[in-house]
Amino acid sequence: MSRFADVYVKNNKYRINGDFHHMTPNLPIRDADNGMKLLGVTNPREMTYIHSYGGEAVFFESLSQGKLMATRCDSKNCDSKGVIYQPFRIHCPDCLGKNTIFDMTDIAKKTSKIYTFMVCERSGAFNILEKPIKFINIEFEGVPTILMSYMSLGEPKFGLKVVPIFKKQDPSYTIVDLSWVPAGTDKKDLPNGFSF
Amino acid sequence: MIKFSKEQLKAPRFLRPVYLVTAGQSKFDRAMPDKRTEEICVDALTMAAELINVSPAELKSYIHSCYYGHFADHFGDQLLGEALIHDRLGLDPLGNVGVKTGGATGGSTLWEAAKAVASGYSDCVLAMGWERMDEVPTDEGNFLISCAADKDWESPLGHIYTGYYAVMAQRYWQIFGKAEDSFRRTLAEISVKHHGYARMNPWAQAPMKITVDDVLNSPVVAYPLRALDCCLMSVGAACAIICDEETAMKLSKNSPHKPLRIWVTAGSHSLRPADRLNMEIPLLPNETAEQYKDMEKRFPGADRYPGFTGFLGARMCAHYAYGMTGIKDPTEDLDVIELHDAFTISDVQSYEDIGIRPYGQGRTYVESGDCYHTNPKTGKPGKLPSNLSGGLIGCMHAVGATGIMQAFEVASHLWNRWAEFHGDEKRWKKFDRQKPADWTDLQVKGAKRGLAISHAGVGSHVTCTVLMDPDHVIKKDA
Ligand SMILES: [Zn+2]
Repeated sequence: MSRFADVYVKNNKYRINGDFHHMTPNLPIRDADNGMKLLGVTNPREMTYIHSYGGEAVFFESLSQGKLMATRCDSKNCDSKGVIYQPFRIHCPDCLGKNTIFDMTDIAKKTSKIYTFMVCERSGAFNILEKPIKFINIEFEGVPTILMSYMSLGEPKFGLKVVPIFKKQDPSYTIVDLSWVPAGTDKKDLPNGFSF
Repeated sequence: MIKFSKEQLKAPRFLRPVYLVTAGQSKFDRAMPDKRTEEICVDALTMAAELINVSPAELKSYIHSCYYGHFADHFGDQLLGEALIHDRLGLDPLGNVGVKTGGATGGSTLWEAAKAVASGYSDCVLAMGWERMDEVPTDEGNFLISCAADKDWESPLGHIYTGYYAVMAQRYWQIFGKAEDSFRRTLAEISVKHHGYARMNPWAQAPMKITVDDVLNSPVVAYPLRALDCCLMSVGAACAIICDEETAMKLSKNSPHKPLRIWVTAGSHSLRPADRLNMEIPLLPNETAEQYKDMEKRFPGADRYPGFTGFLGARMCAHYAYGMTGIKDPTEDLDVIELHDAFTISDVQSYEDIGIRPYGQGRTYVESGDCYHTNPKTGKPGKLPSNLSGGLIGCMHAVGATGIMQAFEVASHLWNRWAEFHGDEKRWKKFDRQKPADWTDLQVKGAKRGLAISHAGVGSHVTCTVLMDPDHVIKKDA
């Protein structure tokens, strides 16, 4: 009986438990047009990676607490002083100083608008979002960048006012814990596990 | 606001003239169950030798260093595949390096190769690119492609790259295309053109005789983009031999064509469109600030540059290439081009980024008929034919090879050998493909100068390869 791979950190070292790979036997690939001669083999491989969010970890943790964190360059002599980054950037791309982390949930609740969008009928393997996926890119007042995310309810269009929702119940601690609905959506209509 | 320094904007310079002597490519297909990657690379290199009437062994004896373009290690499931191919081509112990810049890998490989010759490090180099996208089925392939997006901020959103790309198409479609049926039909026309030209190309993977309505009725991938608006997934290899002048002449002693001058430049922009900051449009030589003053009036919503509608990386590599070679107006100065038509809409966006048309007016390049071999409106030669190979939509997108395939295609026109290469009955037979009864010679008559754009991701890396007949260069000291 295999068990899920899990990891924690102690003394800044990874401590790993469970199975990080699963064995599946390989099989031959044969040519049905040519006397079933051997052409190749399948190479099954299932493996779990260990990935650090580093300085962005606070962003992903905060989603599970219903908060949208951003960063801002506060360096005195930087041309980009005061510029807000969402997506969150650990360092200012201009002066490379460490940015200040702050909570922009309120800005997002009040000023988010759809800049562009795409309704996508297809996905790749390992997708967990419901299709069609409504990709949206969101503008915030006073923020020069445009965040990519997805919409859980309603139909996207340019300029539509949206508000963030957060998967506080059973969060995945990934970017899919953040989603958006049209402003004015009723709490009871939110998808499972999500709240404002 | 992004600002550039004078130092960053300087026109690049090669320290000596660089030449494309020959090139070659394998068959392109969705899958090649009967071939290992080294076999298709051998096919490409052998062809390059044949074109200039030397044996592969003799050609190899000139090669001094090698540049290998192979993007996706996880697709081919082989790290250090460059070392494998290098050994199988019998080129050990020469120095070699792998190049990987997404969809621009082929172009970037030429960039590295050309610089190696320009600097004097090598007098003759091999640029070889390949990709093997048939080791996983399509869904898993889409997952692997999505790994080229930001893995924390984008990839978990559906694991589908088309989605991250298409949000830009949506913006272009509504702002510059004004969501007009006529614009949608223009996009479809590009697919018809590229699948149609692919019919004349024995290497091409997706030859199709289709109509605008066929494109408009194909399944939606991400509205307004449909299946027939999208590029292919391919297996294939392409190579180029790049030399200094002396070696180029020596290698060409029995060649029916002369070596071509080659220049390659590169630009870049963020992996995530989300991070794009607003800036002034960097102008190309055929543009003025005046012409963009009333953009927002003509195209309501055109409030940002590059926003989600322009590719700054493409604009920058064109800026560098035009400065380097003396091109002032691509439509006037060039005879044939190959663009990176990952999607019909990004093809239109490229027309603007590289200055064939001003921003917002890309569609007129198609609608005027200028982009055709023979202008369907006038019956006369198109002013600047594009993607006569069939491009990524009709010919192939074996990522690491694509930019080199484009250079081969442009070169075949400048060498006046397009019909010889593409019309050869033996080649059609060898590839087990039927030469169409209405096969048409697409040679651009008298072509002397051409260009190819190789483009990655959402514009993260873009290269511009310029080829010119050495007797028809624009800037004498380029
Ligand atoms: Zn700063």
